[in-house]
Amino acid sequence: MNLIAAIVERLRRMVEVVQDFVLFAWEAIRATFTPPYYGREFLSQLHFALVGSLLIVVVSAAVAGQALAIQLVRELANTGAKSQLGHFMVISVVRALGPVLTGMVVASRMSAGITAELGAMRSSDQLDALIAFGSNPMKRLVVPRVAALLIALPVLVIIGDALAVVGGGFVGLQYHLPVESYYSGVLKYLTPKNVMVGMIKPFVFAVMIATVACWRGFRSAGGAKGVGVSTTESVVISSVGILVADGVCTRLVFRILGW
Amino acid sequence: MISFQHVDYSIDGRPILRDITFDVPQGATTVILGPSGSGKSTTLRLLLGLARPDAGEIRIDNEDITRMSEKRLRQVRQRVGMVFQQGALFDSMTVGENVAFSLIEHDSVPDEELEGTVRSHLQLVGLDPDLIDRMPDQLSGGMQRRVAIARALAARNPNILLYDEPTTGLDPQSAERITDLIVELRDRMKKTSIMVTHDIADAFKVANTMAVLNEGRLVFEGTPSDLAHTNEPFINEFLAPFRKAVLAATQRVVAVPGTPRPTALQ
Repeated sequence: MNLIAAIVERLRRMVEVVQDFVLFAWEAIRATFTPPYYGREFLSQLHFALVGSLLIVVVSAAVAGQALAIQLVRELANTGAKSQLGHFMVISVVRALGPVLTGMVVASRMSAGITAELGAMRSSDQLDALIAFGSNPMKRLVVPRVAALLIALPVLVIIGDALAVVGGGFVGLQYHLPVESYYSGVLKYLTPKNVMVGMIKPFVFAVMIATVACWRGFRSAGGAKGVGVSTTESVVISSVGILVADGVCTRLVFRILGW
Repeated sequence: MISFQHVDYSIDGRPILRDITFDVPQGATTVILGPSGSGKSTTLRLLLGLARPDAGEIRIDNEDITRMSEKRLRQVRQRVGMVFQQGALFDSMTVGENVAFSLIEHDSVPDEELEGTVRSHLQLVGLDPDLIDRMPDQLSGGMQRRVAIARALAARNPNILLYDEPTTGLDPQSAERITDLIVELRDRMKKTSIMVTHDIADAFKVANTMAVLNEGRLVFEGTPSDLAHTNEPFINEFLAPFRKAVLAATQRVVAVPGTPRPTALQ
C-alpha cells in the first residue's frame, strides 16, 4: 500500500514539474511577442553563446569529423567504394551527427552557464529585486537568452558541419582519395533537402536548451547547493532532451516530408 | 497607508502567516520584530506582490493589491522602494546603473539628467558620487547596503519604503551607520516605511510603531513604549537578553506623525 502511495505521489510530482515547465515556456513565448526588448542583454548573450562556444565547437567538430571519416573510409575501402566517402560524410554529418554533436557541446556550456547565473540571481534576491523595481524577468532575462541561442546555435552547427566535412577530406587524402573525388561527392549530396533536415534541429535544440536552463535557474532554491543541483539537472535534461528531440525530428521529417 | 487585514499565507500547506492584521499609518515607520522563521520577510514579499496570500486583504493607499493583475501590480510597485536583505544589487551592472535601474526601466530620462539623479542619491546616502562607475563587488558590505537604499529612493520617488533586515551581516559600525541613515531618511522624508529586523536596538531606534511576529502570528502591535511595558510572556522572553538596550532606546522613542509624543519609559 505504501509502495503504491509512493508511486502515486512520485507521479503527481512529475506531472507538477512538467506542468510548471509548460507554463514557464508559455510565459516565455508570450513575453517574446511584446515589448520592451533588451538589445544590450541580447547582444551580450549572443556574444557569450556564439563567440564563447566557438573554440569548443571547432575542436570537437574537427576531431569527431576525422574520427567518423576514419571509420567510414576503412569500411568503404573494403567494399571498393572509397570514392563514396564525401557522400557518406555529408549524410552522416549534415543530416545527423553535426547538429547533435554541436547541440550537446553547446548545451553543456550554455545550460550550466545560464542556470548557474540565474540560480545565483535567485538566491541573492536579484530576481525578486527585478520584479520589485518594475521589471519583468521573463522579458529581461529569458527572451534575450532564447533569442541569442536561436541565432548562435544554427551558426555554430554550420561551422561545426563544415569543419567535420573538411576534416573528412583530410582523412580521405591520407587514404589516397583524391580531393576532387571527395568534394564532388560532398557537393553532389549537399542538397537543399539534406541541409534543411539538419538545420531544422538546431532551432529546436536552441529553444529547448535556453528554456530549460532559464527554468531551472528561476526555480533554483537552497543557496549554493541548490544552484549546483539545478545546474546539474539543467545539463542532464538538455543533453537527454537533445537526443530525444533528434529522434523525434528525424522521424517527423521522414514521415511528414518523406526526406 | 499600508493595511494588512486577516492575511493568511502558506507554502505547500505549511502555514507561514496566520490571521495577520495591522496598519502602518501614513508617514510612519513600523518595525516588524520576531525570531528567525516567524514570517517577517514574508510580509514584505506579500506587500510587493512577490507572493499572493491565501486569504485576507493587503491594502496600499486603500487599493487592495491581493487580487490585482500583474500589470497593475507593476504600477503599484513603482510607488514602493525596497531594500533587500544583503542589498540584492544587480552584480552585472555598475553602481550607477543599479541606482538608476527603475528610471531606466520606466522613463526615457536623458543621460545627463540620469547621472545627476544618481549622483545626488549617492550623496543622499552618504556615498562618494564618484563611485558611480564601480561594480557592486568592488564595494564593502556597508557601501553596498547604502547603494541599495539609494536605488530604493531613486525608484520614481516612492512614497513607501521597505527594509528587509538592512543591517544583517554588517560589522557593528557599518550597521550603526545604516540605522542612522534610515532614521535620518525617516525624519527628513516622512515616507511610510516598514523595517523588518531581529536587531532589538535598531528596532527601537527606528520605530514609530512596532509589530511582533511569532510562528506566523502577530503577538503584538503598538508603540515602542507599549512593547517595553507589555506582559506578553513570549515578548518578555524575546526581549530579555536586550532589556538594557530596550530601556536605553525607549528614552528616545519617536512619535507616530500626527500623534502626541509618547512618554519615555521610566
